[in-house]
Amino acid sequence: MDMPSPDQTVLAKKAHIVARLRAVLPLDAVIEDEIETRAYECDALTAYRCPPLAAVLPSSTAEVAAVLKICHEENVPVVPRGAGTSLAGGALPTADSVILGVARMNDVLETDYENRLVRVQTGRTNLSVSGAVEENDFFYAPDPSSQLACAIAGNIAMNSGGAHCLKYGVTTNNLLGVTMVMMDGEIVEIGGGHLDAGGLDLLGVICGSEGQLGVVTEATLRILRKPEGARPVLIGFDDNQVAGTCVSDIIKAGILPVAIEFMDRPCIRATEAFAGAGYPDCEALLIIEVEGSEQEIEVQLDRIVAIARRHNPVEIRESGSAEESAKIWLGRKSAFGAMGQINDYMCLDGTIPVSQLPYVLRRISEMSKEYGLDVGNVFHAGDGNMHPLILFDANKPGDLELCEDFGADILRLCVEVGGCLTGEHGVGIEKRDLMLDQYAPEDLEIQMAVKDVFDPKWLLNPAKVFPLAASHARRSVSH
Amino acid sequence: MLKPENEAALAEMIATGTGPLRIVGGGTRDIGALVQGDVLSMAEVSGITLYEPGALTLVARAGTPVADIEAALASEGQRLAFEPMDHRGLLGTQGTPTIGGIVAANVSGPRRIQVGACRDSLLGVRFVDGIGRVLKNGGRVMKNVTGYDLVKLMAGSWGTLGVLSEVSLKVQAMPETEATLVCEGKTEQDGVAALCAALGTPFDVAGAAHLDAAATGGMSRTQVRLEGLEASVAYRMDRLRQGLLAGFDVVQGAQSALLWDEVRNVTPFADQTGAVWRISSKPTDGPLITAALKASGLAHRAIYDWGGGLVWVLVTQDDTAGAAPIRQQVAKFGGHATLVRASQVQRAQLDVFQKEPTPIAAITTSLRAQFDSHGRLNPGLMGE
Repeated sequence: MDMPSPDQTVLAKKAHIVARLRAVLPLDAVIEDEIETRAYECDALTAYRCPPLAAVLPSSTAEVAAVLKICHEENVPVVPRGAGTSLAGGALPTADSVILGVARMNDVLETDYENRLVRVQTGRTNLSVSGAVEENDFFYAPDPSSQLACAIAGNIAMNSGGAHCLKYGVTTNNLLGVTMVMMDGEIVEIGGGHLDAGGLDLLGVICGSEGQLGVVTEATLRILRKPEGARPVLIGFDDNQVAGTCVSDIIKAGILPVAIEFMDRPCIRATEAFAGAGYPDCEALLIIEVEGSEQEIEVQLDRIVAIARRHNPVEIRESGSAEESAKIWLGRKSAFGAMGQINDYMCLDGTIPVSQLPYVLRRISEMSKEYGLDVGNVFHAGDGNMHPLILFDANKPGDLELCEDFGADILRLCVEVGGCLTGEHGVGIEKRDLMLDQYAPEDLEIQMAVKDVFDPKWLLNPAKVFPLAASHARRSVSH
Repeated sequence: MLKPENEAALAEMIATGTGPLRIVGGGTRDIGALVQGDVLSMAEVSGITLYEPGALTLVARAGTPVADIEAALASEGQRLAFEPMDHRGLLGTQGTPTIGGIVAANVSGPRRIQVGACRDSLLGVRFVDGIGRVLKNGGRVMKNVTGYDLVKLMAGSWGTLGVLSEVSLKVQAMPETEATLVCEGKTEQDGVAALCAALGTPFDVAGAAHLDAAATGGMSRTQVRLEGLEASVAYRMDRLRQGLLAGFDVVQGAQSALLWDEVRNVTPFADQTGAVWRISSKPTDGPLITAALKASGLAHRAIYDWGGGLVWVLVTQDDTAGAAPIRQQVAKFGGHATLVRASQVQRAQLDVFQKEPTPIAAITTSLRAQFDSHGRLNPGLMGE
């Protein structure tokens, strides 16, 4: 994975830049020591590492503005960082960049149950947003699997999804407003407690822009009242295609489960060996969860089970208690850990039309043989968001590259059948060079033109999202 | 009038033409500052290109009549979740509403409070920019974070960033049944408080509106909609009536649907003369804004949708449509106001869309310059 070579002018004036940053931040909020900056050398895409020039940990919007103003004046690239859980390398530094971490900004600023919103600083973790409103039985709906650790800042940057977005939508559908600092240090307010945009929907384009348009320091988020209850059912099939058809039939029948999760045989076997959830040894397994009162859950599950029975399932396991529900979820929730026990893995998140599921699974299995690398599939079936986990050995020379090539082929396949490269993780550096497989050059050109408006000098997270060759001219303008 | 038959012809017309264009779908949403320019009609760029009921996805060319889309969806027991308004009654326009028009104006009805706006159901767009480039963003899958989300940016841009040629939408299954809980005689404050309380329950409210007495011509009306499986609707209705919505009556089936058509299309104001504003605010601020308007002496009628977060205000007597007090109060409380129905003179003299703060206005202007460098697409429609 290529990264642009660092700007020597910036490297040469490190002491000057650090001194200026120290002048606007508390002593412990500027990290420049070569050993300490290593803590910021990568995110959850650990295959790629590079310590930044420095890292700063501001505590307020005003401090963020002061930092950005200095970096803007000094032409220093800035890499915003939430909790560093990006699987796509969204927070990977370059050697000439300043990491701007929002971890110290984690206050709840306002809670308004009547209007069902909460305003938080964006360093707050996803799960602790729900935690802040839990005592009143409310919650924040988007639930990426990293929700214990990931920050709202990163959720907004990547427009994060989660297992329950089939019903509740992703981050962009639950974001009402932001306070954002522009690269030149100007603070802007977009949206707020009201529901829709007055002019152009800038909030919509900021969400998912991978930290390239501004640094979001505060966010107004929609909160919802918790459902009275929730319960999953587990259904096993001896054929992927049949499982896919079952998903489609449930959706067509007008039932809207909050989650429909799918695991294939390699994944079932791995999780069974790891977690012992008692899953049937079958080709495909669905976990379908519905919400509501006890009787509403009954009605929905009855219908789902009736549809499933028409497809000759090898097993239907309904939950009779909280313990049984937890056991049904246990395997799914430990799937990534289970695959990690076997070997190193790379997790992709291409999305496909649900109707293409059987074909795509068959092709992945064929490619797996061609590449000689095992792959397990666990994914959000209701919305076609795949998560192929490709196993490789990081210590074996050439294996990572082989795995990346395999991954790229899977993502091209997703695009070919009408889907996209990434459903919830973002492009980052990982899928940057595949963008031309999904978009024509002019489609990327208009996206880059949007960045020109917000960040004319291309200093914010500059080497991400767009193929380096496509963004080269913009990044190389001498300031 | 320019009337391209397909996307390629549209791109050619824009690339080779000069001068401003006034873009129309069915021409039923004549809203915004007056635009001088050649009419560009998208009515011929029509047809559903893909519909997969099992994936809840529909793709259609921009000029496709909404009625055709609704009919295709209904044949599979599905619908557009965001329940778009038909503006013909309120604006007194003729013509056939198109899906492109709905997306360009981000039109959403009462169910928006539960499932989000048109922009939340929009999965992908194809459009032609101001220099004739055919561009695409998003796609047809439900989860897509590949590159910047220009899909949302295009929704509600009123044709000022590009001419939509095709849109891709997430659709929804029709519920087995619906019912509405109705109460008459509540004040605006009490009505909206009841709506907010109902929206804060686990009972999945699918519509929350209040019509003041002047709007109904009789008693004020507060209404809360539930949808879903029959047993579930019955259960939730009971729970609400035993608790927060004690004293509310039940209206079911077709009668319930009629109540929501009225709110969706702002029907009570269709036959009443005067300017009509659409105010977007924090739900609890809705009745506070109208109370302040009343205190300032501005005679008006109001319909509160989205739990109070969308207020339709009819100003009956005022040459300037009550613009000054409305702008003042909205500025004070937060949110924004759009002058949806007004005379030609008022539209020429007043800001139809709310002026944005300086840094936001600067971003907006620069974005327009990137998408439409010659300023040809609906120039000035949204202001500035």
